[in-house]
Amino acid sequence: MKKSVLFGAMTVATLAGGVVSAGTLDDVKARGKLNCGVNTGLAGFSAPDANGVWVGFDVDVCRAVAAATLGDPMAVEFVPLSTKTRFTALAAGEVDMLSRVTTWTFSRDVDLKFEFVGVNYYDGQGFLVPTALGVTSAKELDGATVCIQTGTTTELNLADYFRTNGITYEPVPIETNAEAQALYLSGSCDVYTTDASALAAQRATFETPGDHVVLPEIVSKEPLGPLVRHGDHQWGDVVRWSYNAMVAAEELGVTSENVADLATGTDNPEVNRLLGSEGSLGEMLGLEADWAAKVIASVGNYGEAFDRNIGAGSEIGIARGLNALWTDGGLQYSPPFR
Amino acid sequence: MSTGQTGPNTVIEDGDVYMTTLTDPPRESFRLSMLIYDTRYRSITIQVIALLAFLAMCVWLITNTLTNLESRDLELGLAFFSEPAGYDINQRLIEYDSQDTHLRAAFVGILNTLLVAFLGCITATVLGVVIGVLRLSKNWLVARLMTVYVEMFRNVPVLLWIVFALAIISETLPQPRDFRGEDAIASMNLFDSIAITARGFYIPEALFTRSLGDIHLFGDSSMRFDISLDLLAFLAVLFAGLFTSKLIKKRADAIQEATGARPTTWWQRILVVAGPVLILLFALGFYLGMPELKGFNFSGGTFMRNSLIALWLALSLYTAAFIAENVRAGILAVSKGQSEAAAALGLSSGRTMSLVVLPQALRIIIPPLISQYLNITKNSSLAIAVGYMDLTGTLMGITQNQTGKALETVLLGMMIYLMVSLSISAAMNWYNESVKLKER
Repeated sequence: MKKSVLFGAMTVATLAGGVVSAGTLDDVKARGKLNCGVNTGLAGFSAPDANGVWVGFDVDVCRAVAAATLGDPMAVEFVPLSTKTRFTALAAGEVDMLSRVTTWTFSRDVDLKFEFVGVNYYDGQGFLVPTALGVTSAKELDGATVCIQTGTTTELNLADYFRTNGITYEPVPIETNAEAQALYLSGSCDVYTTDASALAAQRATFETPGDHVVLPEIVSKEPLGPLVRHGDHQWGDVVRWSYNAMVAAEELGVTSENVADLATGTDNPEVNRLLGSEGSLGEMLGLEADWAAKVIASVGNYGEAFDRNIGAGSEIGIARGLNALWTDGGLQYSPPFR
Repeated sequence: MSTGQTGPNTVIEDGDVYMTTLTDPPRESFRLSMLIYDTRYRSITIQVIALLAFLAMCVWLITNTLTNLESRDLELGLAFFSEPAGYDINQRLIEYDSQDTHLRAAFVGILNTLLVAFLGCITATVLGVVIGVLRLSKNWLVARLMTVYVEMFRNVPVLLWIVFALAIISETLPQPRDFRGEDAIASMNLFDSIAITARGFYIPEALFTRSLGDIHLFGDSSMRFDISLDLLAFLAVLFAGLFTSKLIKKRADAIQEATGARPTTWWQRILVVAGPVLILLFALGFYLGMPELKGFNFSGGTFMRNSLIALWLALSLYTAAFIAENVRAGILAVSKGQSEAAAALGLSSGRTMSLVVLPQALRIIIPPLISQYLNITKNSSLAIAVGYMDLTGTLMGITQNQTGKALETVLLGMMIYLMVSLSISAAMNWYNESVKLKER
C-alpha cells in the first residue's frame, strides 16, 4: 500500500481527469456525440477521405453505435489513437469505445479490464515480401530483416513463430504503419509483417502492387473487434447489439435499401423484432424502438459495410473468407434477436 | 526621504517605550495578527501556508489516483517484470532472447540508451570544439561555413534530423543484396573488411583463439552480465602502459627543469604503451572476424544498425552546434591580452590556442557542456522514431504495451532517466571542480 501511495503521488497528469461516470450511455446522450477511438490511418478500416470525413470498416461500427444511440451516424467525434495510446485513452474515458483493429486477447480482456463486444473481422498475421526476393514460404525467411509495427500482438507472434520454426530474423520495430511502409519500400526490410488484412490494404496503396506478394502462411489468430471498458454493462450491450444488428441484418436479408420498407412490418417475426415493429427490444436496451433500423439505414448490413470498405467493391478487394456468414461457411454469426 | 520625516516621531516613541520599561517591563505578547503584520513572522507564515498547500495538493493527487485506479479495478505492481517479455530486440549489447523477462528487456534498453549517449557525447564534444574554434577563424570562408552549420543544426528540431539521417542512410546506401553475385553493384571497403549498407555498417570484430573467457556476474538472474576477461586484460595492460609513459614524461620534465635540456623520450613512450599491448594480443591469438554476405544479410563481424548510426549521427551533429557556441563563448571570454602576451613570447597561433587560450576557456566551457551532455542523454529517447530500442522503446514502449502497466513503466522510466542524468551531472561537476580556477 505504501508503495502505491508513493507511486500515486507522482502520477499527476495521467489520472487527474476525475472518476469516469458509470452511465456511458447517458453521457453519450447528454453530450449528443459519441467519442470513438480509431486507427490513425489505415485504408479501408479507418481513414479520412478526400473531404476529411472518416470512412472505413471500423469507422462504420462507430457510426452504427451513434445511429443506434443518437439517431445520427454523423454524430461521432473520431479520436485517432496509436497502438500505444489506445488502451490508456479508453481506460481514462477519453473515448466511449474503441474500434481500432484491436486483437481480442485474454490479457486485454481480463487484466486490462476491457470488454470485447464481438469480432468484426477475423484476421491473422501474414508476411508481405517483394516478389523479386523469390520467397514462397515464410519458412524460407531465415536471417531476414523484418519490419514490424511496435506495440501490437504482431511482435509477440513473430518472435514465437520464428522461435518454433528454429529460424532467425532481425526485427525492426517501427512506430506507425506509414514509416514501416517507407522502410519496407526502400528495401531496409526484406519483409513487412502485420495483420493480413492490413497488408492487403497497404499493398493496394503501393505504386506497383504486383511487385509484392503476401505469403500464404498465416501465423496467428487475430480476432479484431470493438471494445469498451469493463463495468458498464448497459453500454457494453448497446455496442454489442448494434454490431450484432449489422450481422443479423445480412443474415435476414435486410439491407440499407429495403430497411425502410421492411420496418413497417413483415411476415418474419425476427425481422420485425430487429427493426422494432414488434416486441420491445429497443426499450430493453434503453434506446428507441427503431434503433436497429437506423443502424442499417446508415451503414448498411455487415456484408454491405464489408464490400464498400474492404471487400470486392473497394480497391483493397479482400475476399470474405472467414468473415463470411456462418450460413456461407464463415464465422460471422449473431445470437438471435429474441 | 520618508525616514527623514518619521525620524523624530520614532525617537519620541522610543523614548516612551524606554521610559516604561524602566518602571514596568511589558511582556512581549503574541497576537495572531502578528503572523501577517510582523515582518519577523510573515515570511515563515507564507512558507508554512505554501507548504501546506503543496502537501494538500499531493494528498489530493494520491487519493485521486488511487480512487481512479480502484474504480477501474486496476492494481499497481511490478510482478510483470519477472514474466517473459516475448519480443525480440535487434540491437543489443548483452545476450537476450524473447523468452527473457521484461526486466532483462528493460536492462537491454538502458544499456542501449547509455551506448548512444556515450558515443554521442564523445563525437559531439570533438565536433563542437573543432567547429567552435573554426568559427573564430580569420579565414572568412571557413568562419562563415561554420556559422551556417551552427545555425542550420540548432534551429531545426533534433527529431527531424534523426529521421532525416535514417532516410539518407536507407535511401542512398546500397542494400545487402547489391553486394551479391558476380557483377555486384556495391562492394565492401577497406580490403573487404567493412560493409556499408543501408541497413547499417558491418565492421570487423576482435576475436581471440586463446580467449580467457568471461566473468559471469549475477548468475542466472535478469541482470546477468558477462564481462570479457580479454577486454579487461587489454584495458589493464593499456592503462599500465599509459601510466609508465606518464612517469617517463615526468622524469623528462624534471631533467628539463634541472638542466635545460630535454631528453628524447618519444620512442620510449610509444614502446611502453604499444609493446605490452601487442605482446598480449599475440598471446591471446588475436584475429579479426570479417563480415560475410550470407543469405539475406551479412553475418559475422560487429553490426551497427542504421537506426543506431542515424541516432548517433543526428544527436552528435545537433548537439555539436550548441557545444560549438559554448566553445566560442569560452574562447571569447579569455582576455585578448592573454593571446597578445603569448604572441609577444613568440608562440605560434596554434600553440597559443592549445597552451594559453583553451585551458582558460575550458573553465567557462565545462558548466554549459554538462547540460549539453544531459541533453544528448535525454534526446536519445527519440530513438523510437527510427526503431532503435532504447529504454523508451523497451520498458516504456513494448513492455508497457504488452502488459498495460502504463503507470509503473513510465514512472520507472522517468526514475531511470533521472538517475542517469544525475550521475552524469555529478561526474561532470566533479571534473569541473578539479579544473576550475582555485580561488583562495
